[in-house]
Amino acid sequence: MLEARYFSPFLESTAHVFQTMLQLVVRPGVPRLRHNSDAGDDASAIIGLSGDVTGAVTLRFPMETASRLVSQFIGEDVAPDHPDFPDALGELANMVAGSAKAQLTGKTVSISCPSIVMGAAHHVYQRRDIPTVEIPFSTDVGSFIVDVCMLDTAGQAASQPLPAAG
Amino acid sequence: MKILLVDDSRTMRNVQKKILVGLGYNDLIEACDGQDALDQVCDTTPDLILLDWNMPNVDGITFLRQFRLQNKTTPVIMVTTEAEKARVVEAIKAGVNNYVVKPFTPDALRQRIEETLAKQASAA
Repeated sequence: MLEARYFSPFLESTAHVFQTMLQLVVRPGVPRLRHNSDAGDDASAIIGLSGDVTGAVTLRFPMETASRLVSQFIGEDVAPDHPDFPDALGELANMVAGSAKAQLTGKTVSISCPSIVMGAAHHVYQRRDIPTVEIPFSTDVGSFIVDVCMLDTAGQAASQPLPAAG
Repeated sequence: MKILLVDDSRTMRNVQKKILVGLGYNDLIEACDGQDALDQVCDTTPDLILLDWNMPNVDGITFLRQFRLQNKTTPVIMVTTEAEKARVVEAIKAGVNNYVVKPFTPDALRQRIEETLAKQASAA
């Protein structure tokens, strides 16, 4: 089962960041366990987590959505090969992870500086021993996904494999 | 009024610059991390510093401690994603004057700047 206490802070922080900095309403879909069999993404912003919780938070975008979001954030059109493009995606991920960690009650967590991966249909592989929860979001400028891959100090993954049917 | 913006994200510096220019603050200088900021305050004394926390090389809290060790009294507003109470207390102990949590609205930033400058003026 998916434990809401781990991924709900990321649902809230994503909505808060996009509403406050981009004046954009995001509509969350149903969180689910991620399988790496999907088609891949064009831009990913990754923040590492350490301390009482370890893992990573990744924002994954199709290029068209990323372009529109960056333009809205910066206030002008920016080409994907301009240094401001990954910088803007990284700052969005930084705020999403930072806001969420403040809601992880009782946990002392540090976040890394963001890393950005760009390239058509790439995959970001997380630790295989921790299931990754992916949270889909839709907006008026396109859809994107927030991956949450976390392990707490007690060795408890943020998500557990779904129980077998029956 | 000279304001130093310290943030490793050029996007975030630009967002803050737009807000500050809209408020009538036009004398803005920038630093991309704590070391860059320490280098800049050797040559110039800003009237206000907006400081990010998480940055490569020298982070914001390290800059702040070193800056205060130099007996500099310039007001500093931390502008950061670090929202936990323990972090805020740590920043206050290091000598921060005010605190803005990212993400922020232009109005929230304006309010903190006005509060900070008003306190500084009344203390002078």
